[in-house]
Amino acid sequence: MEQRSLLNSEQFSITINRLCYELIENHNSFDDSVIIGLQPRGIYLSRRIKAHLAKILNNDKLLSGNLDVTFYRDDFRRTEKIHIPSTTEIDFIVENKKVILIDDVLYTGRTIRAGLDAILSYGRPKKVELLVLIDRRYSRQLPIEPDYVGKRVDAMASEKVKVEWKEIDGNDQVWLQTKE
Amino acid sequence: MALSVKHLLGIKYLSLEDILLILETAENFKEVINRPIKRVPSLRDITIANLFFENSTRTRLSFELAEKRLGADILNFTASASSVTKGETLVDTVNNILSMKVDMLVMRHPNPGAAIFLSNHVSANIVNAGDGTHEHPTQALLDAFTIREKLGEIKGKKIAIIGDISHSRVALSNIFCLQKLGAEVMVCGPTTLIPKHMASLGVRVTHNLREALNWCDVANVLRIQLERQDIKYFPSLREYIMLFGINKAIIDSLDHEIVILHPGPINRGVEITSDVADSSQSVILDQVENGVAIRMAVLYLLAGKVSS
Repeated sequence: MEQRSLLNSEQFSITINRLCYELIENHNSFDDSVIIGLQPRGIYLSRRIKAHLAKILNNDKLLSGNLDVTFYRDDFRRTEKIHIPSTTEIDFIVENKKVILIDDVLYTGRTIRAGLDAILSYGRPKKVELLVLIDRRYSRQLPIEPDYVGKRVDAMASEKVKVEWKEIDGNDQVWLQTKE
Repeated sequence: MALSVKHLLGIKYLSLEDILLILETAENFKEVINRPIKRVPSLRDITIANLFFENSTRTRLSFELAEKRLGADILNFTASASSVTKGETLVDTVNNILSMKVDMLVMRHPNPGAAIFLSNHVSANIVNAGDGTHEHPTQALLDAFTIREKLGEIKGKKIAIIGDISHSRVALSNIFCLQKLGAEVMVCGPTTLIPKHMASLGVRVTHNLREALNWCDVANVLRIQLERQDIKYFPSLREYIMLFGINKAIIDSLDHEIVILHPGPINRGVEITSDVADSSQSVILDQVENGVAIRMAVLYLLAGKVSS
């Protein structure tokens, strides 16, 4: 397997810093905004964004949660393997809140479609926005576009974008991998 | 991960991994049914028929709710109001229902082995919702889920099943399930209501209620199944209550606190008094809530298994 770096550790933290300032431009003090990380891999970005926002805004009361979209997927009974759910942790109602959905990689858009469906179970948000670290352009299967993007990438279907996190993988790094 | 079985016919046919997968998936569904909007669309293109050849309140409502909360279409069938009374056989009845493009069957039947028999004749996934005195797998799973929720884990715990063991499908499914999860099981009841084969299942047997309660961490109390008893198994109800009825006095006299389960329906004042059934030690209503989550997990995992 060949791989090349899309973001190294230093670029990674610059990108997260920039995404936070872009969020602040639109959400000011986050009084009626909530951050929702999509399970399984979006929650690391969501946690990182939340921690960084808390530092910049000097506010540790930002509302955040994790959302699992397994039961909303559109490929149930259409694949051999059953998707086993992760936990959903949202202990507030999103009614009239501005929701920022966060995922690591945006590819076909199907996970986000499921996420939009799932978030409505917690009320009717005033607005939903999408933040992703990596946007794989020209590969969407649904009309879904991100509001905040860490980096745009043109990758072929045979390639894979791998996001690694310090917390679980030892290093912050994004790779573009070519399958054998 | 997927279940090793195509049908849920009994706990006997599940592996430990299957049971753990169902319990873990049920935890996610318990979160779902406590949301403001308690519905997910996973089974939106699935049709499920509920076939009830025997009366039921809890199990039937619980399955129906679980199916609705998963977005499935449902057909309800009650034997007493159907052509079964005109002489139609089980296989004919079910094949007619399956011709209406039904994907899954949930069946309760008075004959032990009915679900297993049916699984040999039809292709749809079958969930056994109780077959005579044989098994009631979703009840055992929800009991295990409730015990785990209350005590943290089941391995090493001591569980006493008290009452009419002979005529209870809950007892047999519970024994299989709890033993697979690593618990010790004791059964307690009158000699006439405990089958001889119990000892061969590796279960302790006692006829002394106080001994069972002193030994256990959890007591699962069963009702006397008068509808399945063709002869008298004990002299009088009054004597049964005196020897095997659980009341506040006996619970208070124990040296440790135990958790009380009951699969319902309760005969208040017979196997358990109201003050015990409604006490903080009782998890009877948690069992009912968890039943929906367990059934959602079973239906989700069986429906998602695509045969290759």
